This record gives sequence, C-alpha cells and structure tokens, in this order.
Amino acid sequence: MSKKFLSGNEAFAEGIRLACPQVISAYPITPQTIVVERLSEMVEDGSLSAEYVHVESEHSALSCAIGASAAGARAFTATSSQGLLYMAECLYYASGGRFPIVMMNADRSTALPWNIYGDQRDSLSQLDSGWIQAYAENAQEALDLALMSYKIAEDKRVSTPYMANLDGFVLTHTYETVDIPEREQADKFLPAYETDNRIDFDNPKNMAFSAGPDTNYIFKFKEHEGILAARDVINETEKEFAEIFGREYSGLIEKYRTDDAEYIIVTLGSIAGLCRETADKLRESGVKAGVVRIRYMRPFPNAEIAEVLRNAKAYAVLEKDISFGNEGTVFTNVNSALKKAGVNVSGYNFIGGLGGRNISAGDIENIYNDIINGTDSVNFIGIGGEDNGK
Amino acid sequence: MANSNNTELKEILWLGRGGQGAFTAAKLLGAAHTIDDDNKYALAFPSFGPERRGAPVRAFTKLDTKPVADRSQTEKADYIVIIDDTLYTPQLRGLLKSTGKIIVNSKKEIDGALTFDADSIAAEFRLPTANTIMLGLLVGISGIVTVENAVAAIKGYMPSKIQERNINALQKAVQEVAK
Repeated sequence: MSKKFLSGNEAFAEGIRLACPQVISAYPITPQTIVVERLSEMVEDGSLSAEYVHVESEHSALSCAIGASAAGARAFTATSSQGLLYMAECLYYASGGRFPIVMMNADRSTALPWNIYGDQRDSLSQLDSGWIQAYAENAQEALDLALMSYKIAEDKRVSTPYMANLDGFVLTHTYETVDIPEREQADKFLPAYETDNRIDFDNPKNMAFSAGPDTNYIFKFKEHEGILAARDVINETEKEFAEIFGREYSGLIEKYRTDDAEYIIVTLGSIAGLCRETADKLRESGVKAGVVRIRYMRPFPNAEIAEVLRNAKAYAVLEKDISFGNEGTVFTNVNSALKKAGVNVSGYNFIGGLGGRNISAGDIENIYNDIINGTDSVNFIGIGGEDNGK
Repeated sequence: MANSNNTELKEILWLGRGGQGAFTAAKLLGAAHTIDDDNKYALAFPSFGPERRGAPVRAFTKLDTKPVADRSQTEKADYIVIIDDTLYTPQLRGLLKSTGKIIVNSKKEIDGALTFDADSIAAEFRLPTANTIMLGLLVGISGIVTVENAVAAIKGYMPSKIQERNINALQKAVQEVAK
C-alpha cells in the first residue's frame, strides 16, 4: 500500500488502473477530463494494459463500451452532465443488455443556464435507466468504489452496469491523502472478467435482440431482479474488501449518530462531512442530531432508510437536485421508503448547491433548526420554501 | 469529541494569477503536511472553474490532525499568501482570523501585511514564478510544516527537472525569513 496526495479524479483513475479494464473509451468533459487523461498516461507508460479508444462523442463512448463488453471485455468510460444526457439512449442499451460496464460520472449541473460546476441533477435524472448508482464522499471512497464496482457489476446475480458518481470539483478536483492498494491485493480481490454474455464464434448466440409484448416484460422483470440482487452483493463485496484492504464500508447507507437521533439530515455525496460536523456541534448544545449518507441511490436503501428514520422526530433530505414541478428526487425516494414501511415522521426537502453554489456550515445548522421548528415542505436554500402538496 | 471550535485545523488561502502556480503551492503544502504522518490530514483545492492565464485565482489548503470534513471554501484563514501584489486589497482582512497573517510577494511595504521580494529569489533560481518561494516564506514564518517535509513534497509531486531549483529557492526563502 502506498500513500499519495491525489484529487478525486486521480484517485478514481488509480482504482481503475488496479481493476484492469481491457477497453477504455474516452471523451473529455469538465470536470471529468482528468480521469481519462490519467488513464491515457497509464496506458502510454505501460502501467495499464488497455485498448484506449478516442471517440467523437459521449454517445459513442458508451456505444464503444457496450461493444467491448459484448465481446467479453471489461470496459470503462467516464462522463459528466450534458455528456451523460447525450449518452442517455445508450444507458438503456447497456443495462438492458446486462453489460457490466463501469462508468464514472462527475456530477455537474445541466444547462441552461450553462454551468460547469457541481450538482447532482445529471445522474439523478437517470435513476430509471437501470444502472447501479453509487455516490462517493471522498477520494479514498472514490478509489475503493472503482475497485469494488466491477466485482459488484460483474457478479452473475447482478450483471448490471455501474455508475460511480463523484461531486464535480468539490470531489473531482480536491486533493487529499489516499491509500493506493498493491497490485497483488487488487488481483486477489478482483479476478479477470469471464462471461457467457458475449460474442463467441464457438458458441454463437443472438445478442441485443428485439423482444415483443409476449416476452419483453420478462426481460424487464429480470433486469429489476438483477439490480435488486446488488443489495446483497454490495454487502458481500464490502466484507471481502475489508478483509483484504482493511477499509470498511457500510452498504447502501452510512449512519452517523443516528441511534438516539431526533433530527436527521439525509443526504448524499461530499456534503455529508459538513453535515456530520454540524451534527456534532448541535449535540454539544443538546440537540440530538444525526446524519444519514445515502451511498447507493440504485438499488435504493428502502428498508435501511425506514429503519434509521423510524424513531426520529423529523428529517430533512438535503440534495443538489430538483425535479421541476414536484420536489427533489431523493426526497421522493426517501418518502416512498417510509410510506411502504408505515413510518410516519415529518420530512422536509432542502434543495442546495445547484450550479456549484457553496453550502455552508451555517446553512446546515439552519436546516436542523428549520426541521425542529417545522418549515415548508420544499425549501431552496438561500431563497425560501413553498408548500407543495403538504 | 469532535468539535469544530477546538480543532487543530489550519486554513491557508492562496491568491495568484492563472499560471503563477498558486494551486501547485496549495497542493505541495497539503502533501508536505501529510507526507510522513498517517495521523495528519489535508485538503487542497482551487477556486473551481475555467483556468485562464492571468486571471485571478484562489486556492485553499486545510491542514488538520483529523480528516477534514468541511470541503467548503475558507471563510477565515490563518494565513493568506499572495503571489501577485496587484491582488492585495485591505478587504482581504475580512477573510483572516484575528491572529492571521497576510504574506505578500512585493517589493513595496504594505501596511498590515508581511512583504518579501520573492520575484528576486525566483529570478536568482531561474524560476518563472514565485509559488514555491511563497511556500518557503510561509514555512519560515509559520512553521506549519517542516522544511524537510516541504522539500519532500517537491520531490514527490513536481517534475524531476525543476525539483532542484525549486528546493533551493524554497530553502533560500526560509533563510530570508530568519534574517
């Protein structure tokens, strides 16, 4: 194991180097560019043996990865924002074809107004595309997700593509200390990709075919089962990861001081650290504050969320997203989890960080105060709230 | 118990113009802080956005003895280091802790700031920019990292052909403070 001072993008690239993809298709877009640049340097210096394909668009980047995966290769690509939206058509081909491609997405706002900074509207708009969606908090988790992602995606129970999301700039461009595992350990953890779901001249089969009304629904059901199976596979993979690398992860969610918490912020990505610090501060003045960080938006942690919020007095969902005309998409998902489990706790939505706007410690303290006192159902930090269907 | 009020956290704000290496200095400081101690943590990040040569840029380094959870931009710095004196304004004091210091690369005296002629040291070592000299001045004034670790960071994270000149310049800057 070696320690280095790296950005989130660089750490993710190190994780991908250890995962040994055989094909990398690359089209640069801020703030993702550094990942594909580092990978091209690794291929150039021989430390990563992969076919590095320069493509002419994001649509082609994912198409190329699908083709590589259909040939039985481990494939990687990366994108962000408008690039993700441009490849949206191919997202469904990848998941429907059960190709366990890994893609890094640098979470960035969507136009218009044009903006290159971080929010999560790009990836959250694609929750229905059939991909596993993970959200990293820091550079170490980014590297570790890169390594774990293939093991989860390629598991035969899952066979589902995997999108690892890193908050644009705040995570992709921030440098911190990262432990880089040794090659032998990585190889032990993640063996080469083997699959029957590939073009094989000795065993020819029809792939990527049409399915009419008589069978289509069965494929869709199987696709749903596959991504749900990732719930167990993620836990198994993290257990094995901890045994080999000594770092532990907590599955679909991460809880912080929630055991006796009365007021809980549910969030995702790199803002969770500031939420934890704010919870610590409030606890000193007697407020029983806690934090839940959602690590996986798909498969969604329904049972885990319901369990952790069951005894709270109120919760906030803080997200860098808005589904116009309704509310933040994470809020919708959290509320559904509670409804299904019969949990009735007051919940409020806080939309922040859009277009890269800073979320301060003061903002987070205000969220706790607002949910203690009650507020509007959907609140734009720095602007105000509105009672949307409350 | 974690407490944001009695932490060891030190925050450094770097100001420069695009091309002057403010972010490189911010990264080197973070690397120096963590390079030989697993119980030290750092974050370094630029003011995010398109990079344009000559445009004002800010960079941030946060140093601590526990993982740095707050990734937001520094609102109160322990040190503000300015590579280009045209970027100095008295209003910067609003971004400084009461005990904080401002260090400026300037041939002129500036009220309320420590000034050093870092450009002359850069010229002496044939360096196009004074970023590692400003790092050396910060190290000399603050002792925030050791000179040895700053040198180790340059060896670890700068291209090999410019390491020696930057190390010599950094050490000269440290001596300059001691004068």
